[in-house]
Amino acid sequence: MHTKSVGQDKFQAHDHYWVDELLTEEHRLIRETVRAWVKREVSPVIEDYAQRAAFPKHLIKGLAEVGAFGPTIPVQYGGQGLDYISYGIIMQELERGDSGIRSTASVQSSLVMYPIYTYGNEAQRMKYLPKLGSGEWMGSFGLTEPNHGSNPSGMTTHFEDKGDHYLLNGSKMWISNAPFCDVAVVWAKDEAGVIRGLVVERGMEGFTTPETHGKWSLRASATGELVFDNVRVPKENLLPNGKGLKAPLGCLSSARFGIAWGAIGAAMDCYDSALRYSLERIQFDKPIGGFQLTQKKLAEMITEITKAQLLAWRVGVLKNEDRATPAQISMAKRNNVDMALHIAREARQIHGGMGITGEYPIMRHMMNLESVITYEGTHDIHLLITGMDVTGINAFK
Amino acid sequence: MKILVCICQTPDTTAKIEFTNANTQFNTSGVQYILNPTDEWYALVRALELKEQNGGSVTVVTVGKADTEQNIRKALAIGADDAVRIDANPDDAYVVGTHIADYAAGKGYDIIFTGKETIDYNGFSVPGVVAELLDLPQVSLAAHLTMDGNTATIDREIEGGIERVQVSTPFLVSAQKGMAEQRIASMKGIMSARTKPLQVVAPKDVKPLATVAYYELPAKRQTVKLIAPEHAADLVRLLHEEAKVI
Ligand SMILES: Cc1cc2nc3c(=O)[nH]c(=O)nc-3n(C[C@H](O)[C@H](O)[C@H](O)COP(=O)(O)OP(=O)(O)OC[C@H]3O[C@@H](n4cnc5c(N)ncnc54)[C@H](O)[C@@H]3O)c2cc1C
Repeated sequence: MHTKSVGQDKFQAHDHYWVDELLTEEHRLIRETVRAWVKREVSPVIEDYAQRAAFPKHLIKGLAEVGAFGPTIPVQYGGQGLDYISYGIIMQELERGDSGIRSTASVQSSLVMYPIYTYGNEAQRMKYLPKLGSGEWMGSFGLTEPNHGSNPSGMTTHFEDKGDHYLLNGSKMWISNAPFCDVAVVWAKDEAGVIRGLVVERGMEGFTTPETHGKWSLRASATGELVFDNVRVPKENLLPNGKGLKAPLGCLSSARFGIAWGAIGAAMDCYDSALRYSLERIQFDKPIGGFQLTQKKLAEMITEITKAQLLAWRVGVLKNEDRATPAQISMAKRNNVDMALHIAREARQIHGGMGITGEYPIMRHMMNLESVITYEGTHDIHLLITGMDVTGINAFK
Repeated sequence: MKILVCICQTPDTTAKIEFTNANTQFNTSGVQYILNPTDEWYALVRALELKEQNGGSVTVVTVGKADTEQNIRKALAIGADDAVRIDANPDDAYVVGTHIADYAAGKGYDIIFTGKETIDYNGFSVPGVVAELLDLPQVSLAAHLTMDGNTATIDREIEGGIERVQVSTPFLVSAQKGMAEQRIASMKGIMSARTKPLQVVAPKDVKPLATVAYYELPAKRQTVKLIAPEHAADLVRLLHEEAKVI
């Protein structure tokens, strides 16, 4: 086991614009709590799990306890009934630890609990949400297919009405949490070609979840396929209230919002480590933080983090007021993930050779962010969303 | 078992320390506050453990203005049943101790817990003031505490060893490392803290016994001078002429 970094999470928050003052007392308490949990539970083990490409399953219970599963879902359904800024803060703190851990929480909250809550009926809500909120059941979200990534509307996974059940066929790829999920929210076309959501449960005959190996990114998160070979899905597992592509896109809006916050966490961790290293590392008889080129990197990092914080906060306020548009969320996701990836790369340079090792979190964040900038809409797709929003012209096709 | 835990907030260890008003006041601008670690990790958690074993209640009390409520909520989120804020500035240990003693007098607390010190001004004095004003036995720097009926057995850390003392309720104990392990609030705890009672008490008129003349920051650390082994004479000269230690 890799032990060098154990207990060495020296992270300190940097809040250049006193953005904290925009938060409520409870927001700050939530942030402090999740941060303390990440320092105690995630930081000491995450490097080892990432190096071994294993998911730290033992963290699920703790994730549920700190409110990472369904923070915005009402309490009577096993959520926490919190606002969207609280959700964002939880994601930020989890991703400060590792994007993979944040991904697990994002999927469970925004891509599994959210659609069951939003598009499900009362019986479905009561059956699934409390168990998902407590982490007793873990969920996955199947939208992407081998031949349909950025263009999910072309999906070929489909189901037929067989009278007393639906027969589901097809496959999904790149699915976070797939290898160990108990339930999967699967998007598939009905006989009329309309996209619908189905809850598929582990154990249903013909349903398998092979793991995707050899990832250089999100190594501490399990990714896999969802394969449906004549799976008989009970009729009561169809989500009645979401039809068409806008149903899964609604989930993605919620998850992207969380990612816009999460990326700030990864960026803060890289910046904090780089700042400390630059003051400790002596070359040419002075700390490398004393050289203008290093200062340029650090100054630009904190500037970009500050801008990202304000973007995330504002979109959080809009989301709380139920006014945030998908295009606004796209902009925040795109900007903040790109910002974090940039900072990870610059921070890696500041750490010199040390930056490529697991002694520091930088390379892990950097590699993780390569997934984050791709999933939930690629960097370019979000640009096209903004482009369409400002010109009114669709440049996707 | 009725327990009172004295808590306070302190600047986060990462806070920039600056002074204003001719160096007589701490500049609080942009400073984030945390719950004083010895209060939170040791005093409060041990109090909660005793309550869990023996039943009873845990009340937290602080002397401070409304800006302390975030940290009071944190104590409630970790598990305290209710909170009291005495609405006064914590000017000095005498003021704080007098307010707390005033509040606690006659309320029948079996144990009053404090942390051994606050990590900002490091006064160590509040526990003594409270105990004295309430005429209670005080055990300071307690690293371990077990209860048997009304009798507590407490280990105090002393230079090079421990001192084991016994004391019966009511008593005051100031807690330090070893007493308990830090607890992280759960989201359930945070949510239940929203509705737990937080009583704000108007302060009596108490004047501080001490005033601050001024604050001063420690001198900046000098850079290290390395002297090659073959130049030992230089080292001796520098220690004599520059460092003036020999
Ligand atoms: C680790 C990981 C976890 C994931 N988890 C999930 C999950 O849980 N559930 C799920 O459903 N999916 C998941 N995904 C899938 C992810 O959402 C897709 O990878 C993403 O949508 C991109 O699809 P693609 O990989 O097929 O790339 P493609 O769509 O093939 O894109 C390749 C490139 O072409 C560009 N491109 C595509 N169309 C256009 C266009 N019109 N104009 C300009 N450029 C274009 C893209 O921007 C990209 O640069 C995950 C992916 C990863 C890597």
